[in-house]
Amino acid sequence: MKTYFILLLLMAICSLWAVMRGSLIRAAIALAATSAVLSIIMFKLVSPLAAVFELSVCAGLITVIFMSTISLAQPLTYSEMIERSKARIKRFWFLPLILVIFAFLLTLLAANLNPPLIAPETEKNISKVLWDIRQLDVFGQILILFTGIFGVIVFFGNFDKQGGTK
Amino acid sequence: MLSLFILIPFFILILINLFFSKAVKKLTFWIAAVLFLFQALIVIFKPIEFWSGKLPSIEKLFPFSLYIDNLALVMLLSIGIIAFISLIVGQNTINDGTKRFNFINVLVLANIGMNGIVLVKDIFSLYVFLEITAVSSFILISLNRDMEALEGAFKYLILSSVATVMMLTSIALLVMYVGDTSYETIGTFFKNQQFIPFFILVAVSAFVGGLFIKGGLFPFHGWLPDAYSSAPSSVSVFLAGIVTKITGIYTLMRLIISVFGFSPTLQNLLLIVGALSILFGAFSALGQKDFKRMLAYSSISQMGYIIISLGTGTPLGIAGAVFHFFNHAIFKSQLFINSAALEEQTGTRNMDELGGLQSKMPVTSATSLIAFLSTAGIPPLAGFWSKLIIIIALWNSNHKIYALIAILAGVITLAYFLSMNHRVFFGILLEKLENIKEAKPGILFPAVLLTIITILVGLFFPFILNTFILPVQSILG
Repeated sequence: MKTYFILLLLMAICSLWAVMRGSLIRAAIALAATSAVLSIIMFKLVSPLAAVFELSVCAGLITVIFMSTISLAQPLTYSEMIERSKARIKRFWFLPLILVIFAFLLTLLAANLNPPLIAPETEKNISKVLWDIRQLDVFGQILILFTGIFGVIVFFGNFDKQGGTK
Repeated sequence: MLSLFILIPFFILILINLFFSKAVKKLTFWIAAVLFLFQALIVIFKPIEFWSGKLPSIEKLFPFSLYIDNLALVMLLSIGIIAFISLIVGQNTINDGTKRFNFINVLVLANIGMNGIVLVKDIFSLYVFLEITAVSSFILISLNRDMEALEGAFKYLILSSVATVMMLTSIALLVMYVGDTSYETIGTFFKNQQFIPFFILVAVSAFVGGLFIKGGLFPFHGWLPDAYSSAPSSVSVFLAGIVTKITGIYTLMRLIISVFGFSPTLQNLLLIVGALSILFGAFSALGQKDFKRMLAYSSISQMGYIIISLGTGTPLGIAGAVFHFFNHAIFKSQLFINSAALEEQTGTRNMDELGGLQSKMPVTSATSLIAFLSTAGIPPLAGFWSKLIIIIALWNSNHKIYALIAILAGVITLAYFLSMNHRVFFGILLEKLENIKEAKPGILFPAVLLTIITILVGLFFPFILNTFILPVQSILG
């Protein structure tokens, strides 16, 4: 229980960091970290399939797209970055508060609703899950990554010629 | 053999990118054209060797669990035709070779995504293929990388992400209660429930809401006019013709028919959203100056017809919805091709800057008029029959008010299309348009092809009805 609490807290901090920081690069790293912690939680909840998908989709494709977007942006000076971070924290000061209130309400709600929680038939062997049971989904995930790569080629492949920066 | 609808395009994609030489680059258009035509022809002629044949080595290597029925067949046919048409338009409107090559690649990827959506029988696999199609669509919309296109793609990206979150939440809740993600297991769970738990209601609402966003239905249509009007012409044809319909409307049909089942609440929701979409789309189209935006609002209205027909929950209503789905894919793609022809030749989409083009662009004018009349439901064109089935289905299922709304909106559709036709093609030719010539044969060919389909489907309605449309009713079991 203690481990779950620490992991959830870590995930909340990472996700808040992703939204509240002014630097796009740090926000992307924080998002990837959120995804990684969520994957660990899923592994611990005996859902290896969900964990692997979370890791592959979020930490893979989304980070690639984010990094590509960042590469288009003008770099900030250190002082500008600090200033922007402070402004962002000022603007979104209420987010941690909302998170705490939401967590509190969910805890109350969960105790009252008591859902059946039917655990899906889980095969413990991850390779069997990926290659035998959910092969179509894995194939689909590969295609999403493939599409993401195409997106990067389409958006940035010829960028220098049009006057942008790498 | 069904896995070939996913595997062949995938291997073609690998092939054309692995051997990235000038010769292969030149052949890309033809390879993709054969691929899309093959898909359409395999559905039209239904060769028994293909549908009942087995390829043990491929099935052993890729043991995908897929499923086909009459509804899926109509969808595969629509995807094949519209992808082929969009490919031809792209070949004739995208001048840069590299951009054209990228366009074809992403078009093939979107084709894989949509074929997957149609053939899967698992709610999580459905989500995966929805994402492939969505990511491909963002790339296609922003292909020109100009401000307007990027804004359109961004709006689509944001709203589509909201839809994704809603659908994933729904899947999580369904797994929590049902324990599985297959259509069959979830469908059985719904059939056996006398009292639907609160969280399951939340799950169904979230999924249906997400699909309303994907389908661009009122009041979740915010992204649609911008995405349609800012995308390159060939992409507008593809988006309006098939992508939005497969990701939003078909998925909604499939899940309601095969998984969630019809309930009075869900039916009422479909009827209300359908009726509001019909009216909102039609009235908004009336006030547009931009040709493409008018077509986009008209799409919202026509998709409302499909949803309202689905809302009847009757076999005839479902047949009407599927028939109008096919017809709308054909005539709306045609109108977007006409829009591309006008934009290419005159350099504007603003209808106030056009007039009297009928004498200068007779083929574009004639094909536009036929598509307008079909959209408005004028006999004996294809659109008339599908709207007639929808209105009969509404009347028979005792939804007379909705039937009247459908008839009234048909009159408004006719009004905005006649007004538009008058402004663009008829009247006095403007002085600045005197040197305008008819569009290139490469753009006229797909428009004429779709016009022929619209006329033939209308004239041979009894054959089409018995061969493709009525068999769809069997999916209700």
